Amino acid sequence: MAANVVTLTTANFDETIRSSNTPVLVDFWAEWCGPCKQIDPVIREIATEKAGALTVAKLNVDDHGDIAMRFNVMSIPTMIVFKNGAEVQRLVGARGKAALLADLAGHLA
Amino acid sequence: MATHPHRKVIIIGSGPAGLTAAVYAARASLAPLVIEGEPSSTSDQPGGQLMLTTEVENFPGFPEGVQGPELMQRMRDQAARFGAEFLTEKATKIDFSGRPHRVWVRDDEYSADAVIVSTGARSLMLGLPNETALIGHGVSTCATCDGFFFRGQEIAVVGGGDSAIEEASFLTKFATKVTLIHRRDKFRASKIMQERAFNNPKISVRWNSQVTKLNGDKKLESIEVTDTVTGAKETVAISGLFVAIGHRPNTDLFGGVLDMDETGYLVTQPGSSRTNVPGVFACGDVQDHTYRQAITAAGSGCMAAIDAERWLEHQHATASK
Repeated sequence: MAANVVTLTTANFDETIRSSNTPVLVDFWAEWCGPCKQIDPVIREIATEKAGALTVAKLNVDDHGDIAMRFNVMSIPTMIVFKNGAEVQRLVGARGKAALLADLAGHLA
Repeated sequence: MATHPHRKVIIIGSGPAGLTAAVYAARASLAPLVIEGEPSSTSDQPGGQLMLTTEVENFPGFPEGVQGPELMQRMRDQAARFGAEFLTEKATKIDFSGRPHRVWVRDDEYSADAVIVSTGARSLMLGLPNETALIGHGVSTCATCDGFFFRGQEIAVVGGGDSAIEEASFLTKFATKVTLIHRRDKFRASKIMQERAFNNPKISVRWNSQVTKLNGDKKLESIEVTDTVTGAKETVAISGLFVAIGHRPNTDLFGGVLDMDETGYLVTQPGSSRTNVPGVFACGDVQDHTYRQAITAAGSGCMAAIDAERWLEHQHATASK
């Protein structure tokens, strides 16, 4: 199931968010962040359930701080939704599955 | 809308109190359901307040220390090993007026003979107008989550207890300077934590000071600090403000049902975990504003499970007479 979640790096970030046919949800996370670990299973479930309607990707801010800095991420988890390469929504802080799906509803129609 | 099979025990909350209660109840073959809460970036989340800490140095049995989230994961695994079930959702409504006791998660109804309440406490915020809008943009309640983004910057921590000093010490790994802002002229933190703050060259303390304004549109640029003695105001340029000013018990769910003190903490009968409602027990920070430690929470969780087990036995014995 993990195959549904794209691992982003400095090398593939721009290409991934630009070329996707669906909105891309990028989860900015790190190993040392407790709330990030809690939402990981939530994000993976959503990736499986919404496959085809939403691309789910993760970016490790420790390894790719340049991307985090470019998007002014100052708190994790931060989740940013990109459409055609442009940021359309930003969610700061962890939340449960129902709440996250409600937040994303606008992009899943 | 769904109604789930009746159970002997439901535990609401999953910090050290709830998970210890779960270990004991599960080992007593009571197959508890733990409604553990849902992910959040505040201390109100599965695993509780320790999920937002780093090193825990005072939990007995860990001479090298243990990471807060790891300790909680191990407690959860231990409860699961003996058959505790987990629901990663938040309880939204309760009805303790009849038998059985009922707990809802949105439209789903769960019932149990006994309920253990271990919903803990959450961080207080400053209550300033644009505070919520600036969370994630310079204002933070989680040093371990956000400290990394303040590398090489000057930041401040508000508060004077152990958690404020722990956060300040942790943040010196990243920031060039950390100012502790405290409204009194001495800390309420423990001696060892105070010494840690005073001995850290990167930490300075502003006594008798209160943060009265947050300035910044898209992100925090400065704060206004008011001297609580003279009333003098000063604007201080900082990019990060970490709030650690104390806690408030998570008891909104139980208003009008469970007895509380004037600050909202649940009241238990002395020497026990019993609340005013038979079959409802409380443990951990939700009923403790005195000690508020992981180990005392765990101890009271054990009490709650034993109290619940004995109460269930008594009910059973009375019913079969």
